[in-house]
Amino acid sequence: MIPFTTLTARAAPLDIDNVDTDQIIPKQFLKTTQRDGLARGLFYDLRFDAEGRPREGFVLNDPRFAKTGVLIAGDNFGCGSSREHAPWALQDFGIRCVIAPSFADIFRNNALQNGLLPVVLPREDCQALMGEALGGNHLFSVDLERQTVTAPSGREFAFDIDANAKRKLMAGLDAIGETLAHSEAIDAFEVSQALRQPWMTPA
Amino acid sequence: MPAMAGKTLYDKIFDAHLVAQGEGGEAVLYIDLHLIHEVTTPQAFAGLAAAGRKVRRPDRTLAVLDHNIPTEGQALGVAGIADADSRAQVEALKRNVTANGVPLFDLGDPRNGIVHVVGPEQGRTQPGMTIVCGDSHTSTHGAFGALAHGIGTSEVEHVLATQTLRQTRSQTMRVTFTGAPGPGVGAKDFALALIARIGTSGGTGYAIEYAGEAVRALSMEGRMTLCNMTIEAGARTGLVAPDETTFAYLRGRPGAPKAGAWELAIAHWRGLVSDPDARFDREIEIDVSDLAPMVTWGTSPQDAAPITEFVPDPETTDDAPRAAAVRRALDYMGLIPGQKLTEVTIDRVFIGSCTNSRIEDLRAAAAIAKGNKVAPTVRAMVVPGSGLVRAQAEAEGLDDIFRKAGFDWREPGCSMCLAMNPDRLAPGERCASTSNRNFEGRQGRGGRTHLVSPVMAAAAAIKGRLTDVRDFL
Ligand code: SF4
Repeated sequence: MIPFTTLTARAAPLDIDNVDTDQIIPKQFLKTTQRDGLARGLFYDLRFDAEGRPREGFVLNDPRFAKTGVLIAGDNFGCGSSREHAPWALQDFGIRCVIAPSFADIFRNNALQNGLLPVVLPREDCQALMGEALGGNHLFSVDLERQTVTAPSGREFAFDIDANAKRKLMAGLDAIGETLAHSEAIDAFEVSQALRQPWMTPA
Repeated sequence: MPAMAGKTLYDKIFDAHLVAQGEGGEAVLYIDLHLIHEVTTPQAFAGLAAAGRKVRRPDRTLAVLDHNIPTEGQALGVAGIADADSRAQVEALKRNVTANGVPLFDLGDPRNGIVHVVGPEQGRTQPGMTIVCGDSHTSTHGAFGALAHGIGTSEVEHVLATQTLRQTRSQTMRVTFTGAPGPGVGAKDFALALIARIGTSGGTGYAIEYAGEAVRALSMEGRMTLCNMTIEAGARTGLVAPDETTFAYLRGRPGAPKAGAWELAIAHWRGLVSDPDARFDREIEIDVSDLAPMVTWGTSPQDAAPITEFVPDPETTDDAPRAAAVRRALDYMGLIPGQKLTEVTIDRVFIGSCTNSRIEDLRAAAAIAKGNKVAPTVRAMVVPGSGLVRAQAEAEGLDDIFRKAGFDWREPGCSMCLAMNPDRLAPGERCASTSNRNFEGRQGRGGRTHLVSPVMAAAAAIKGRLTDVRDFL
């Protein structure tokens, strides 16, 4: 996992609540056996019309937001299906941070597993950030160490993040490696469960 | 010193699976059962192989093929899958399970079907277990008093490698359904009523326990429907404490405890209840006595209303973001504010999905379909949840009833629930569906989905429009 420390990038506003993972990456892009190359499916139905032509009104089709690194979204971002293709697609597109009033649990987890930073800020702050982003060609800064988002105007927003999630993101830690350090405890659990609840072990 | 408050069922199961307290307060939880399918695993197995790792407990892992398979010609196996990408995913899963010794129910095997139908049907889902699957509707298995939830592909890889998951404890919410529902009203309506009440993010961060006499009176199928929809309320886990209904369902199933072990298991399972003095972080009570059958009108499961109601008018709310969301939903759905819900005509009906494709769902729908005809303007399909459900339905003659009424009788799979296979809506087509998500494009690009119960779906098929099923009773 690539560590996340600081990010300075443009930000795109997506002022829609309940953006679900079907919208982030529609199912026809889930038939891949790879992690890469999903950017082309990102927000596909919002970005393209039935003939595959870019839709004019969609923010990521606006040249000013073509190279966005931050997405500012509405409430309950990433609800719906558990597909990890959603953070993969966002990252493949170049987005490394999503700011929203709230995130769906599974999406948040999946994002953290992939070094994509979910930042929770109150709705008013998100609205203020969207307003600044609409100014277009300006850079936003996200500093995970200090837990701040700095808007182009210089206005700074502090956010909370679970200390453990922060530690892992900053170090780019592989969760499996960390857990395997507990191998002995896992072995011991299996032995004791087999004794206490013998029916749990499939024949 | 005040006495310590009792424990919730969620906390009991969580604590019983604590392997280690990981760094930063994250628990390492043992996983008793890991269900896998073709869509969310290829990258996990690739990661595993790249790191030179193996599946730790193939015997606690079970693979099915469900998400992108066609619902006809399954006896042909992989050769029957026309779409090259879907075929590649199915082949990848078969390669991966063979390399790792993981059991698989292959295409055409009657035991194959939708992962959340198969686990319980095989008796692999049991009270007190921790169960995960790379699919958000894993919450279904909570109907048995198991701590079950969906995970992402990185977590699938983590579970394959370690048989554990890193978790932080959720808050707890108890939803108590009181009263007795009237005829034509059931678990799907309970779920939609709850989501309409608390919203699709109302359960975020919580594990929900369902309680109350209306839940106790539900069959296992009904409890599964309820727990299945939990994720649509934002909660990853829904639980129902096990009871005699649970034990009766499990007894004799292939994966259930045998002979002597059965008594031991039951004794343990009886303790799987929230203590009377357990405290929940949030409590909700819903009286189902006067609940009408529910239907969704928008593009989120929270956009649900009793069938007796009208399409909402966005101009009547002062909540600007909500009005915008309603306007956007109605525009997509092609509905007019103030329109009677029973005047909405439909083109398609889908009876299936892990929410409502079990034998009881099919029996209920067939009872409405019997002796009636699907409206000439409607194409209706029934997709059983597994090969065994299909066989059972055929043994009871339900397939005959459906066919005679003009329904298409299909082979098992996820089908038009997410339309990754050839079953899907055309742009603008409107569908009464027993599935769980009415998101934009969920059942096909431009498709319009109204979520309903199986009996409501059957009634809609016959009338050609959304209908109050109570007119048929
Ligand atoms: S039936 Fe639908 S919700 Fe259920 S597992 Fe399949 S795709 Fe997911």
